[in-house]
Amino acid sequence: MICAIGLLGLVLLMVILIWQAAGPSIKAFGFSFFFTREWDPVHGRFGALPYIYGTLVSTLLALLLAGPVSLGAAVYVAEFAPRKIKNILGFMIDLLAAVPGIIFGLWGNFVLSPWLAGSLEPRLEHYFGFLPLFRGPATGVGMLAAGIILAIMISPLITAVSREVLEIVPASQREAMIALGATPWEVVRRAVLPYARTGIVGAFTLGLGRAIGETMALTMVIGNRPQISASLFAPAYTMTSVIVNEFTEAVEPLHLAALIHIALVLFLVTLLVNTVARLMIYLMNRRVKKWTV
Amino acid sequence: MSYKLRVEALQAWYGQHQVLKGISMPIRANTITAVIGPSGCGKSTFIRCLNRMHEVVPGTRVAGRVWLDGRNIYNGINAVEVRRRVGMVFQTPNIFPAMSIFQNVVAGLYLNGIRGRRQLQERAENCLQQAGLWEEVRDRLHDTAAGLSSGQLQRLCIARALAVEPEILLMDEPCSALDPIASIRIEELMRELKASYTIILVTHNMQQAARVSDYTAYLCDGELVEYESTPEVFIRPKDSRTENYITGRGADTRPL
Ligand SMILES: Nc1ncnc2c1ncn2[C@@H]1O[C@H](COP(=O)(O)OP(=O)(O)OP(=O)(O)O)[C@@H](O)[C@H]1O
Ligand SMILES: [Mg+2]
Repeated sequence: MICAIGLLGLVLLMVILIWQAAGPSIKAFGFSFFFTREWDPVHGRFGALPYIYGTLVSTLLALLLAGPVSLGAAVYVAEFAPRKIKNILGFMIDLLAAVPGIIFGLWGNFVLSPWLAGSLEPRLEHYFGFLPLFRGPATGVGMLAAGIILAIMISPLITAVSREVLEIVPASQREAMIALGATPWEVVRRAVLPYARTGIVGAFTLGLGRAIGETMALTMVIGNRPQISASLFAPAYTMTSVIVNEFTEAVEPLHLAALIHIALVLFLVTLLVNTVARLMIYLMNRRVKKWTV
Repeated sequence: MSYKLRVEALQAWYGQHQVLKGISMPIRANTITAVIGPSGCGKSTFIRCLNRMHEVVPGTRVAGRVWLDGRNIYNGINAVEVRRRVGMVFQTPNIFPAMSIFQNVVAGLYLNGIRGRRQLQERAENCLQQAGLWEEVRDRLHDTAAGLSSGQLQRLCIARALAVEPEILLMDEPCSALDPIASIRIEELMRELKASYTIILVTHNMQQAARVSDYTAYLCDGELVEYESTPEVFIRPKDSRTENYITGRGADTRPL
Protein backbone atom coordinates (compact mmCIF):
# COMPACT_ATOMS: atom_id res chain seq x y z
CA MET A 1 0.00 0.00 0.00
CA ILE A 2 2.71 2.43 1.04
CA CYS A 3 4.71 1.31 -1.99
CA ALA A 4 1.74 1.98 -4.25
CA ILE A 5 1.24 5.47 -2.86
CA GLY A 6 4.96 6.08 -3.10
CA LEU A 7 4.96 5.08 -6.77
CA LEU A 8 1.96 7.25 -7.47
CA GLY A 9 3.73 10.14 -5.77
CA LEU A 10 6.81 9.50 -7.88
CA VAL A 11 4.79 9.62 -11.09
CA LEU A 12 3.13 12.81 -9.95
CA LEU A 13 6.49 14.32 -9.07
CA MET A 14 7.81 13.46 -12.52
CA VAL A 15 4.85 15.12 -14.19
CA ILE A 16 5.38 18.26 -12.13
CA LEU A 17 9.11 18.39 -12.81
CA ILE A 18 8.67 17.88 -16.53
CA TRP A 19 5.90 20.46 -16.49
CA GLN A 20 8.22 23.02 -14.88
CA ALA A 21 11.05 22.26 -17.26
CA ALA A 22 8.68 22.71 -20.17
CA GLY A 23 7.52 26.00 -18.64
CA PRO A 24 9.14 28.47 -21.09
CA SER A 25 7.67 26.63 -24.07
CA ILE A 26 4.23 26.33 -22.49
CA LYS A 27 4.30 30.04 -21.72
CA ALA A 28 5.52 31.04 -25.18
CA PHE A 29 3.29 28.85 -27.35
CA GLY A 30 0.44 27.58 -25.18
CA PHE A 31 -2.06 25.46 -27.05
CA SER A 32 -0.89 26.61 -30.47
CA PHE A 33 2.14 24.39 -29.84
CA PHE A 34 0.04 21.41 -30.86
CA PHE A 35 -1.26 22.95 -34.08
CA THR A 36 1.90 24.60 -35.43
CA ARG A 37 3.85 22.90 -38.20
CA GLU A 38 6.95 24.98 -37.90
CA TRP A 39 10.01 23.74 -36.01
CA ASP A 40 12.71 26.34 -36.36
CA PRO A 41 15.41 26.36 -33.67
CA VAL A 42 17.27 29.22 -35.40
CA HIS A 43 14.39 31.66 -35.09
CA GLY A 44 13.03 30.13 -31.91
CA ARG A 45 9.68 29.07 -33.34
CA PHE A 46 8.45 25.66 -32.26
CA GLY A 47 5.35 23.64 -33.09
CA ALA A 48 4.87 19.94 -32.38
CA LEU A 49 2.28 19.10 -35.04
CA PRO A 50 4.54 17.11 -37.43
CA TYR A 51 5.83 15.00 -34.55
CA ILE A 52 2.40 14.35 -33.13
CA TYR A 53 1.25 13.47 -36.63
CA GLY A 54 4.23 11.16 -37.17
CA THR A 55 3.69 9.33 -33.89
CA LEU A 56 -0.04 9.06 -34.44
CA VAL A 57 0.11 7.76 -38.00
CA SER A 58 3.02 5.36 -37.50
CA THR A 59 1.32 3.97 -34.41
CA LEU A 60 -2.03 3.52 -36.07
CA LEU A 61 -0.37 1.94 -39.07
CA ALA A 62 1.45 -0.46 -36.76
CA LEU A 63 -1.75 -1.35 -34.95
CA LEU A 64 -3.53 -1.89 -38.25
CA LEU A 65 -0.81 -4.26 -39.43
CA ALA A 66 -0.09 -6.00 -36.12
CA GLY A 67 -3.64 -6.23 -34.79
CA PRO A 68 -5.22 -8.86 -37.07
CA VAL A 69 -2.02 -10.89 -37.32
CA SER A 70 -1.50 -10.96 -33.56
CA LEU A 71 -5.11 -11.80 -32.83
CA GLY A 72 -4.99 -14.59 -35.39
CA ALA A 73 -1.80 -15.96 -33.85
CA ALA A 74 -3.26 -15.73 -30.36
CA VAL A 75 -6.42 -17.55 -31.40
CA TYR A 76 -4.38 -20.26 -33.07
CA VAL A 77 -2.06 -20.74 -30.11
CA ALA A 78 -4.81 -20.60 -27.50
CA GLU A 79 -7.51 -22.59 -29.26
CA PHE A 80 -6.21 -24.80 -32.02
CA ALA A 81 -2.51 -25.56 -31.69
CA PRO A 82 -1.49 -28.97 -30.34
CA ARG A 83 0.26 -28.77 -26.99
CA LYS A 84 3.78 -29.10 -28.39
CA ILE A 85 3.40 -26.41 -31.03
CA LYS A 86 1.70 -24.27 -28.40
CA ASN A 87 4.77 -24.38 -26.18
CA ILE A 88 7.23 -23.72 -28.99
CA LEU A 89 5.22 -20.80 -30.35
CA GLY A 90 4.73 -19.37 -26.88
CA PHE A 91 8.47 -19.50 -26.31
CA MET A 92 9.22 -17.83 -29.64
CA ILE A 93 6.73 -15.07 -28.98
CA ASP A 94 8.30 -14.34 -25.61
CA LEU A 95 11.75 -14.38 -27.21
CA LEU A 96 10.68 -11.91 -29.88
CA ALA A 97 9.28 -9.61 -27.20
CA ALA A 98 12.69 -9.51 -25.51
CA VAL A 99 14.71 -8.38 -28.56
CA PRO A 100 16.06 -4.84 -27.99
CA GLY A 101 14.59 -2.14 -30.20
CA ILE A 102 17.95 -1.19 -31.67
CA ILE A 103 18.25 -4.64 -33.26
CA PHE A 104 14.96 -4.12 -35.02
CA GLY A 105 16.25 -0.70 -36.08
CA LEU A 106 19.39 -2.16 -37.62
CA TRP A 107 17.42 -4.88 -39.35
CA GLY A 108 14.99 -2.26 -40.63
CA ASN A 109 17.81 -0.17 -41.93
CA PHE A 110 19.77 -2.90 -43.68
CA VAL A 111 17.05 -5.33 -44.74
CA LEU A 112 13.59 -3.80 -44.61
CA SER A 113 14.29 -0.41 -46.15
CA PRO A 114 16.16 -1.71 -49.23
CA TRP A 115 13.41 -4.26 -49.80
CA LEU A 116 10.74 -1.60 -49.49
CA ALA A 117 12.56 0.73 -51.86
CA GLY A 118 13.37 -1.92 -54.42
CA SER A 119 10.34 -4.13 -54.27
CA LEU A 120 7.27 -3.40 -52.18
CA GLU A 121 6.87 0.35 -52.64
CA PRO A 122 7.14 0.36 -56.47
CA ARG A 123 4.62 -2.47 -56.57
CA LEU A 124 2.21 -0.73 -54.21
CA GLU A 125 2.48 2.40 -56.35
CA HIS A 126 1.83 0.38 -59.48
CA TYR A 127 -1.36 -1.21 -58.16
CA PHE A 128 -2.67 1.33 -55.67
CA GLY A 129 -1.02 4.50 -56.98
CA PHE A 130 -4.44 6.08 -57.50
CA LEU A 131 -4.47 6.60 -53.71
CA PRO A 132 -2.27 9.46 -52.49
CA LEU A 133 -1.14 7.09 -49.72
CA PHE A 134 0.94 5.06 -52.13
CA ARG A 135 2.47 7.74 -54.31
CA GLY A 136 5.89 9.37 -54.30
CA PRO A 137 9.56 8.44 -54.49
CA ALA A 138 10.24 4.95 -53.17
CA THR A 139 13.08 5.52 -50.74
CA GLY A 140 12.23 2.77 -48.28
CA VAL A 141 12.75 5.24 -45.47
CA GLY A 142 9.60 6.79 -44.06
CA MET A 143 6.22 6.23 -42.54
CA LEU A 144 5.64 2.81 -44.10
CA ALA A 145 8.94 1.43 -42.87
CA ALA A 146 8.25 2.87 -39.42
CA GLY A 147 4.78 1.31 -39.35
CA ILE A 148 6.09 -2.11 -40.34
CA ILE A 149 8.95 -2.08 -37.84
CA LEU A 150 6.62 -0.96 -35.08
CA ALA A 151 4.11 -3.64 -36.05
CA ILE A 152 6.77 -6.32 -35.76
CA MET A 153 7.86 -4.92 -32.41
CA ILE A 154 4.43 -4.75 -30.80
CA SER A 155 2.92 -7.95 -32.18
CA PRO A 156 4.63 -10.26 -29.64
CA LEU A 157 3.17 -8.19 -26.82
CA ILE A 158 -0.32 -8.10 -28.33
CA THR A 159 -0.17 -11.82 -29.12
CA ALA A 160 1.03 -12.80 -25.66
CA VAL A 161 -1.54 -10.71 -23.80
CA SER A 162 -4.40 -11.71 -26.13
CA ARG A 163 -3.48 -15.33 -25.70
CA GLU A 164 -3.60 -15.03 -21.93
CA VAL A 165 -6.94 -13.31 -22.17
CA LEU A 166 -8.34 -16.04 -24.44
CA GLU A 167 -7.08 -18.76 -22.18
CA ILE A 168 -8.91 -17.45 -19.14
CA VAL A 169 -12.27 -17.68 -20.90
CA PRO A 170 -14.00 -20.34 -18.79
CA ALA A 171 -14.54 -23.81 -20.26
CA SER A 172 -18.24 -23.51 -19.41
CA GLN A 173 -18.56 -20.80 -22.05
CA ARG A 174 -17.08 -23.01 -24.73
CA GLU A 175 -19.17 -25.97 -23.64
CA ALA A 176 -22.34 -23.91 -23.75
CA MET A 177 -21.65 -23.10 -27.38
CA ILE A 178 -20.54 -26.63 -28.27
CA ALA A 179 -23.70 -28.06 -26.73
CA LEU A 180 -25.75 -25.88 -29.06
CA GLY A 181 -24.05 -27.59 -31.97
CA ALA A 182 -21.25 -25.17 -32.78
CA THR A 183 -18.18 -26.11 -34.80
CA PRO A 184 -14.77 -25.28 -33.24
CA TRP A 185 -14.51 -22.13 -35.29
CA GLU A 186 -18.02 -21.04 -34.31
CA VAL A 187 -17.11 -21.59 -30.67
CA VAL A 188 -14.24 -19.13 -31.05
CA ARG A 189 -16.21 -16.60 -33.01
CA ARG A 190 -19.46 -16.64 -31.07
CA ALA A 191 -18.41 -17.54 -27.52
CA VAL A 192 -14.71 -17.00 -26.88
CA LEU A 193 -14.02 -13.76 -28.77
CA PRO A 194 -17.15 -11.89 -27.61
CA TYR A 195 -16.46 -12.95 -24.05
CA ALA A 196 -12.83 -11.83 -24.27
CA ARG A 197 -13.57 -8.62 -26.15
CA THR A 198 -12.69 -6.23 -23.35
CA GLY A 199 -9.43 -8.02 -22.64
CA ILE A 200 -8.45 -8.08 -26.30
CA VAL A 201 -9.07 -4.36 -26.62
CA GLY A 202 -6.87 -4.04 -23.54
CA ALA A 203 -4.12 -6.04 -25.24
CA PHE A 204 -4.32 -3.82 -28.32
CA THR A 205 -4.17 -0.74 -26.14
CA LEU A 206 -1.06 -2.05 -24.40
CA GLY A 207 0.47 -2.50 -27.85
CA LEU A 208 -0.53 1.04 -28.69
CA GLY A 209 1.21 2.31 -25.56
CA ARG A 210 4.34 0.40 -26.44
CA ALA A 211 4.29 1.77 -29.99
CA ILE A 212 3.90 5.37 -28.86
CA GLY A 213 6.92 5.11 -26.60
CA GLU A 214 9.19 3.24 -29.02
CA THR A 215 12.23 5.30 -30.02
CA MET A 216 15.42 3.77 -31.35
CA ALA A 217 14.13 1.51 -34.10
CA LEU A 218 11.86 4.25 -35.37
CA THR A 219 14.56 6.87 -35.43
CA MET A 220 16.56 4.60 -37.72
CA VAL A 221 13.90 4.03 -40.34
CA ILE A 222 11.44 6.92 -40.37
CA GLY A 223 13.67 9.43 -42.13
CA ASN A 224 13.48 12.12 -39.46
CA ARG A 225 11.99 14.96 -41.44
CA PRO A 226 9.31 17.05 -39.70
CA GLN A 227 6.72 17.13 -42.44
CA ILE A 228 3.14 16.11 -42.92
CA SER A 229 2.73 14.18 -46.13
CA ALA A 230 -0.18 12.16 -47.42
CA SER A 231 2.19 9.56 -48.80
CA LEU A 232 3.24 6.64 -46.63
CA PHE A 233 6.52 6.48 -48.56
CA ALA A 234 7.55 9.95 -47.41
CA PRO A 235 9.88 10.47 -44.45
CA ALA A 236 8.35 11.70 -41.22
CA TYR A 237 9.37 12.33 -37.64
CA THR A 238 8.01 11.17 -34.31
CA MET A 239 7.86 12.74 -30.87
CA THR A 240 10.32 10.29 -29.39
CA SER A 241 12.76 10.58 -32.30
CA VAL A 242 12.99 14.35 -32.19
CA ILE A 243 13.69 14.27 -28.48
CA VAL A 244 16.50 11.74 -28.78
CA ASN A 245 18.01 13.44 -31.85
CA GLU A 246 17.97 17.04 -30.68
CA PHE A 247 18.25 16.81 -26.94
CA THR A 248 22.04 16.94 -26.78
CA GLU A 249 22.27 19.82 -29.27
CA ALA A 250 19.57 21.99 -27.79
CA VAL A 251 21.52 24.94 -26.44
CA GLU A 252 18.77 27.53 -26.57
CA PRO A 253 16.64 27.34 -23.40
CA LEU A 254 13.46 27.63 -25.47
CA HIS A 255 14.53 24.80 -27.76
CA LEU A 256 15.17 22.58 -24.77
CA ALA A 257 11.86 23.58 -23.20
CA ALA A 258 10.04 22.76 -26.45
CA LEU A 259 11.56 19.28 -26.49
CA ILE A 260 10.56 18.74 -22.89
CA HIS A 261 7.12 20.04 -23.76
CA ILE A 262 6.86 17.20 -26.28
CA ALA A 263 8.11 14.76 -23.66
CA LEU A 264 5.36 15.94 -21.31
CA VAL A 265 2.68 15.24 -23.89
CA LEU A 266 4.22 11.86 -24.61
CA PHE A 267 4.33 11.00 -20.95
CA LEU A 268 0.73 11.94 -20.30
CA VAL A 269 -0.52 10.12 -23.38
CA THR A 270 1.32 6.87 -22.56
CA LEU A 271 0.18 7.10 -18.97
CA LEU A 272 -3.40 7.44 -20.13
CA VAL A 273 -3.16 4.66 -22.71
CA ASN A 274 -1.59 2.21 -20.29
CA THR A 275 -4.10 3.00 -17.57
CA VAL A 276 -6.95 2.38 -19.96
CA ALA A 277 -5.37 -0.90 -21.14
CA ARG A 278 -4.86 -2.19 -17.60
CA LEU A 279 -8.37 -1.18 -16.68
CA MET A 280 -9.83 -3.17 -19.56
CA ILE A 281 -7.83 -6.27 -18.72
CA TYR A 282 -8.90 -5.87 -15.10
CA LEU A 283 -12.55 -5.64 -16.13
CA MET A 284 -12.16 -8.79 -18.19
CA ASN A 285 -10.69 -10.62 -15.20
CA ARG A 286 -13.52 -9.48 -13.01
CA ARG A 287 -16.05 -10.82 -15.47
CA VAL A 288 -14.29 -14.19 -15.47
CA LYS A 289 -14.46 -14.28 -11.68
CA LYS A 290 -18.14 -13.50 -11.81
CA TRP A 291 -18.99 -16.18 -14.34
CA THR A 292 -16.99 -19.11 -13.06
CA VAL A 293 -18.59 -20.72 -10.07
CA MET B 1 -44.23 -47.32 -26.21
CA SER B 2 -41.14 -46.66 -28.29
CA TYR B 3 -37.59 -46.17 -27.15
CA LYS B 4 -36.16 -42.81 -28.02
CA LEU B 5 -32.69 -43.65 -26.89
CA ARG B 6 -31.01 -46.98 -26.29
CA VAL B 7 -27.70 -47.04 -24.47
CA GLU B 8 -25.70 -50.22 -24.95
CA ALA B 9 -22.56 -51.25 -23.07
CA LEU B 10 -21.45 -47.65 -22.68
CA GLN B 11 -17.96 -47.20 -21.27
CA ALA B 12 -16.10 -43.94 -20.73
CA TRP B 13 -12.63 -42.94 -19.64
CA TYR B 14 -10.73 -39.87 -18.50
CA GLY B 15 -7.21 -40.77 -19.55
CA GLN B 16 -6.56 -44.14 -17.92
CA HIS B 17 -9.34 -43.75 -15.38
CA GLN B 18 -12.45 -45.70 -16.39
CA VAL B 19 -15.55 -43.91 -15.14
CA LEU B 20 -18.40 -45.79 -16.84
CA LYS B 21 -18.11 -49.55 -16.80
CA GLY B 22 -20.64 -50.74 -19.31
CA ILE B 23 -24.06 -49.17 -18.95
CA SER B 24 -27.08 -50.43 -20.89
CA MET B 25 -30.32 -48.60 -20.56
CA PRO B 26 -33.25 -47.98 -22.90
CA ILE B 27 -35.08 -44.68 -22.51
CA ARG B 28 -38.66 -44.10 -23.61
CA ALA B 29 -39.86 -41.11 -25.56
CA ASN B 30 -41.71 -38.35 -23.69
CA THR B 31 -40.64 -39.45 -20.26
CA ILE B 32 -38.49 -37.97 -17.56
CA THR B 33 -35.70 -40.23 -16.41
CA ALA B 34 -33.89 -39.31 -13.22
CA VAL B 35 -30.28 -40.38 -12.81
CA ILE B 36 -29.23 -40.54 -9.17
CA GLY B 37 -26.18 -41.79 -7.35
CA PRO B 38 -23.36 -40.76 -5.04
CA SER B 39 -21.05 -37.92 -5.98
CA GLY B 40 -18.33 -38.97 -8.40
CA CYS B 41 -20.15 -42.09 -9.59
CA GLY B 42 -20.24 -40.87 -13.17
CA LYS B 43 -23.68 -39.28 -13.59
CA SER B 44 -22.40 -36.21 -15.38
CA THR B 45 -20.06 -38.32 -17.46
CA PHE B 46 -22.98 -40.55 -18.40
CA ILE B 47 -25.25 -37.83 -19.71
CA ARG B 48 -22.33 -36.06 -21.38
CA CYS B 49 -21.85 -39.23 -23.41
CA LEU B 50 -25.40 -38.95 -24.67
CA ASN B 51 -24.74 -35.81 -26.71
CA ARG B 52 -21.06 -36.43 -27.33
CA MET B 53 -19.91 -33.71 -24.93
CA HIS B 54 -17.62 -36.16 -23.17
CA GLU B 55 -15.17 -36.20 -26.06
CA VAL B 56 -14.77 -32.41 -25.86
CA VAL B 57 -12.45 -32.84 -22.86
CA PRO B 58 -8.95 -33.74 -24.11
CA GLY B 59 -7.72 -37.25 -23.31
CA THR B 60 -11.15 -38.84 -22.95
CA ARG B 61 -12.47 -41.97 -24.64
CA VAL B 62 -15.87 -43.60 -25.15
CA ALA B 63 -16.84 -47.14 -26.15
CA GLY B 64 -20.24 -48.69 -26.71
CA ARG B 65 -23.31 -47.65 -28.63
CA VAL B 66 -26.00 -45.04 -28.13
CA TRP B 67 -28.93 -45.47 -30.49
CA LEU B 68 -30.93 -42.35 -31.16
CA ASP B 69 -34.06 -43.35 -33.09
CA GLY B 70 -32.22 -46.41 -34.28
CA ARG B 71 -29.01 -44.66 -35.35
CA ASN B 72 -25.80 -44.94 -33.40
CA ILE B 73 -24.67 -41.43 -32.46
CA TYR B 74 -21.07 -42.63 -32.34
CA ASN B 75 -21.13 -43.99 -35.84
CA GLY B 76 -22.17 -42.21 -38.99
CA ILE B 77 -23.69 -39.06 -37.50
CA ASN B 78 -21.43 -36.11 -36.86
CA ALA B 79 -21.16 -34.69 -33.39
CA VAL B 80 -22.61 -31.34 -34.37
CA GLU B 81 -25.86 -32.94 -35.56
CA VAL B 82 -26.08 -35.06 -32.41
CA ARG B 83 -25.75 -31.99 -30.23
CA ARG B 84 -28.44 -30.17 -32.13
CA ARG B 85 -30.83 -33.07 -31.58
CA VAL B 86 -29.82 -33.67 -27.97
CA GLY B 87 -29.82 -30.42 -26.02
CA MET B 88 -28.12 -29.85 -22.69
CA VAL B 89 -28.66 -27.70 -19.62
CA PHE B 90 -25.66 -27.46 -17.32
CA GLN B 91 -25.38 -27.35 -13.57
CA THR B 92 -24.33 -23.72 -13.45
CA PRO B 93 -26.21 -21.38 -15.75
CA ASN B 94 -23.60 -20.69 -18.41
CA ILE B 95 -25.26 -17.94 -20.37
CA PHE B 96 -23.23 -15.71 -22.66
CA PRO B 97 -22.72 -12.54 -20.62
CA ALA B 98 -21.66 -10.47 -23.62
CA MET B 99 -25.00 -11.06 -25.32
CA SER B 100 -28.49 -9.73 -24.65
CA ILE B 101 -31.27 -11.96 -23.36
CA PHE B 102 -32.66 -12.20 -26.87
CA GLN B 103 -29.30 -13.05 -28.41
CA ASN B 104 -28.77 -15.75 -25.80
CA VAL B 105 -32.03 -17.46 -26.65
CA VAL B 106 -31.42 -17.43 -30.38
CA ALA B 107 -27.69 -18.24 -30.23
CA GLY B 108 -28.29 -21.79 -31.40
CA LEU B 109 -30.61 -20.70 -34.21
CA TYR B 110 -27.96 -18.30 -35.36
CA LEU B 111 -25.57 -21.23 -35.66
CA ASN B 112 -28.12 -22.97 -37.84
CA GLY B 113 -28.05 -20.02 -40.19
CA ILE B 114 -31.47 -18.66 -39.26
CA ARG B 115 -31.18 -14.88 -39.50
CA GLY B 116 -34.66 -13.58 -40.28
CA ARG B 117 -35.50 -11.02 -37.64
CA ARG B 118 -39.18 -11.95 -37.50
CA GLN B 119 -38.52 -15.67 -37.28
CA LEU B 120 -35.93 -15.23 -34.54
CA GLN B 121 -38.26 -13.02 -32.57
CA GLU B 122 -41.12 -15.47 -32.79
CA ARG B 123 -38.95 -18.37 -31.71
CA ALA B 124 -37.42 -16.38 -28.87
CA GLU B 125 -40.83 -15.45 -27.53
CA ASN B 126 -42.06 -19.00 -27.90
CA CYS B 127 -39.11 -20.54 -26.10
CA LEU B 128 -39.09 -17.96 -23.34
CA GLN B 129 -42.74 -18.72 -22.81
CA GLN B 130 -42.07 -22.46 -22.66
CA ALA B 131 -39.32 -21.78 -20.14
CA GLY B 132 -41.71 -19.63 -18.11
CA LEU B 133 -39.53 -16.57 -18.41
CA TRP B 134 -41.37 -14.49 -20.97
CA GLU B 135 -43.45 -12.38 -18.58
CA GLU B 136 -40.37 -11.47 -16.55
CA VAL B 137 -38.14 -10.40 -19.41
CA ARG B 138 -40.44 -9.25 -22.21
CA ASP B 139 -39.65 -5.59 -21.53
CA ARG B 140 -35.90 -6.04 -21.43
CA LEU B 141 -35.17 -8.56 -24.13
CA HIS B 142 -32.34 -6.46 -25.43
CA ASP B 143 -30.68 -5.78 -22.10
CA THR B 144 -27.63 -7.80 -21.19
CA ALA B 145 -28.45 -11.21 -19.80
CA ALA B 146 -25.95 -10.71 -17.00
CA GLY B 147 -28.50 -8.80 -14.95
CA LEU B 148 -30.87 -11.71 -14.28
CA SER B 149 -31.23 -13.70 -11.05
CA SER B 150 -29.75 -17.19 -11.00
CA GLY B 151 -33.17 -18.84 -11.27
CA GLN B 152 -33.93 -16.67 -14.27
CA LEU B 153 -30.52 -17.46 -15.75
CA GLN B 154 -31.17 -21.18 -15.53
CA ARG B 155 -34.55 -20.77 -17.20
CA LEU B 156 -32.82 -18.69 -19.86
CA CYS B 157 -30.43 -21.61 -20.42
CA ILE B 158 -33.43 -23.89 -20.81
CA ALA B 159 -35.00 -21.50 -23.31
CA ARG B 160 -31.71 -21.39 -25.19
CA ALA B 161 -31.57 -25.19 -25.31
CA LEU B 162 -35.20 -25.40 -26.47
CA ALA B 163 -34.71 -22.88 -29.26
CA VAL B 164 -32.89 -25.35 -31.52
CA GLU B 165 -35.84 -27.74 -31.06
CA PRO B 166 -33.95 -30.73 -29.72
CA GLU B 167 -35.67 -34.07 -29.30
CA ILE B 168 -33.98 -34.88 -26.03
CA LEU B 169 -33.07 -32.57 -23.19
CA LEU B 170 -30.23 -33.50 -20.84
CA MET B 171 -30.24 -31.65 -17.54
CA ASP B 172 -27.30 -31.95 -15.17
CA GLU B 173 -28.43 -30.85 -11.70
CA PRO B 174 -30.27 -27.87 -13.13
CA CYS B 175 -31.58 -26.79 -9.75
CA SER B 176 -28.50 -27.13 -7.60
CA ALA B 177 -27.82 -23.40 -7.72
CA LEU B 178 -31.43 -22.41 -7.11
CA ASP B 179 -33.64 -21.75 -4.11
CA PRO B 180 -36.63 -24.07 -3.46
CA ILE B 181 -39.18 -21.81 -5.14
CA ALA B 182 -37.12 -21.49 -8.31
CA SER B 183 -36.51 -25.25 -8.25
CA ILE B 184 -40.23 -25.99 -8.05
CA ARG B 185 -40.73 -23.63 -10.96
CA ILE B 186 -38.22 -25.63 -13.04
CA GLU B 187 -39.83 -28.92 -12.02
CA GLU B 188 -43.21 -27.69 -13.21
CA LEU B 189 -41.54 -26.65 -16.39
CA MET B 190 -40.06 -30.11 -16.89
CA ARG B 191 -43.47 -31.70 -16.51
CA GLU B 192 -44.86 -29.37 -19.17
CA LEU B 193 -41.94 -30.02 -21.50
CA LYS B 194 -42.38 -33.77 -21.22
CA ALA B 195 -45.18 -33.60 -23.78
CA SER B 196 -42.76 -32.61 -26.51
CA TYR B 197 -39.34 -33.71 -25.27
CA THR B 198 -37.62 -36.67 -23.71
CA ILE B 199 -35.87 -35.51 -20.57
CA ILE B 200 -32.96 -37.04 -18.69
CA LEU B 201 -32.32 -35.38 -15.36
CA VAL B 202 -29.35 -35.77 -13.05
CA THR B 203 -30.20 -34.82 -9.51
CA HIS B 204 -28.96 -35.16 -5.95
CA ASN B 205 -32.35 -34.30 -4.61
CA MET B 206 -34.34 -37.49 -3.89
CA GLN B 207 -37.59 -35.58 -3.44
CA GLN B 208 -37.09 -33.97 -6.79
CA ALA B 209 -36.45 -37.31 -8.48
CA ALA B 210 -39.55 -38.77 -6.83
CA ARG B 211 -41.67 -35.75 -7.72
CA VAL B 212 -40.91 -35.32 -11.39
CA SER B 213 -39.47 -38.47 -12.91
CA ASP B 214 -41.18 -41.46 -14.51
CA TYR B 215 -38.12 -43.67 -14.35
CA THR B 216 -35.16 -43.63 -12.04
CA ALA B 217 -31.70 -44.99 -12.66
CA TYR B 218 -29.33 -45.52 -9.76
CA LEU B 219 -25.69 -45.34 -10.75
CA CYS B 220 -22.93 -46.40 -8.43
CA ASP B 221 -19.25 -46.44 -9.18
CA GLY B 222 -19.79 -46.35 -12.93
CA GLU B 223 -22.31 -49.16 -12.99
CA LEU B 224 -26.06 -49.15 -13.39
CA VAL B 225 -27.33 -50.74 -10.20
CA GLU B 226 -31.03 -50.26 -10.65
CA TYR B 227 -33.32 -48.92 -13.34
CA GLU B 228 -37.07 -49.10 -12.87
CA SER B 229 -40.14 -46.91 -12.82
CA THR B 230 -39.74 -44.27 -10.15
CA PRO B 231 -42.35 -45.63 -7.70
CA GLU B 232 -40.72 -49.06 -7.92
CA VAL B 233 -37.30 -47.67 -7.13
CA PHE B 234 -38.48 -45.55 -4.24
CA ILE B 235 -40.98 -47.98 -2.72
CA ARG B 236 -39.50 -51.39 -3.48
CA PRO B 237 -35.83 -51.01 -4.38
CA LYS B 238 -34.39 -54.37 -5.42
CA ASP B 239 -30.80 -53.68 -4.54
CA SER B 240 -29.75 -52.93 -0.99
CA ARG B 241 -27.30 -50.28 -2.25
CA THR B 242 -30.16 -48.36 -3.84
CA GLU B 243 -32.19 -48.62 -0.68
CA ASN B 244 -29.35 -47.36 1.46
CA TYR B 245 -28.75 -44.47 -0.88
CA ILE B 246 -32.32 -43.24 -1.13
CA THR B 247 -32.98 -43.63 2.55
CA GLY B 248 -29.85 -41.72 3.32
CA ARG B 249 -27.96 -44.59 4.93
CA GLY B 250 -25.36 -44.35 2.26
CA ALA B 251 -22.33 -45.12 4.40
CA ASP B 252 -21.44 -48.28 2.53
CA THR B 253 -21.94 -46.88 -0.96
CA ARG B 254 -20.42 -43.49 -0.54
CA PRO B 255 -16.66 -43.49 -0.08
CA LEU B 256 -15.93 -40.49 2.06
N1 LIG C 1 -12.26 -33.48 -16.50
C1 LIG C 1 -11.98 -34.61 -15.78
N2 LIG C 1 -10.73 -35.13 -15.80
C2 LIG C 1 -10.44 -36.24 -15.11
N3 LIG C 1 -11.32 -36.90 -14.34
C3 LIG C 1 -12.57 -36.43 -14.27
C4 LIG C 1 -12.97 -35.26 -14.98
N4 LIG C 1 -14.27 -35.03 -14.72
C5 LIG C 1 -14.68 -36.01 -13.89
N5 LIG C 1 -13.65 -36.86 -13.61
C6 LIG C 1 -13.75 -38.05 -12.76
O1 LIG C 1 -14.74 -38.91 -13.25
C7 LIG C 1 -15.50 -39.45 -12.20
C8 LIG C 1 -16.97 -39.20 -12.45
O2 LIG C 1 -17.21 -37.82 -12.47
P1 LIG C 1 -18.64 -37.22 -12.75
O3 LIG C 1 -18.48 -35.75 -12.86
O4 LIG C 1 -19.26 -37.93 -13.88
O5 LIG C 1 -19.41 -37.60 -11.41
P2 LIG C 1 -20.85 -37.17 -10.94
O6 LIG C 1 -21.58 -38.40 -10.64
O7 LIG C 1 -21.47 -36.24 -11.92
O8 LIG C 1 -20.54 -36.43 -9.61
P3 LIG C 1 -21.31 -35.17 -8.96
O9 LIG C 1 -22.55 -35.72 -8.36
O10 LIG C 1 -20.36 -34.70 -7.92
O11 LIG C 1 -21.56 -34.18 -10.04
C9 LIG C 1 -14.98 -38.84 -10.91
O12 LIG C 1 -14.14 -39.80 -10.30
C10 LIG C 1 -14.17 -37.67 -11.37
O13 LIG C 1 -13.08 -37.50 -10.52
MG1 LIG D 1 -21.97 -34.12 -11.92
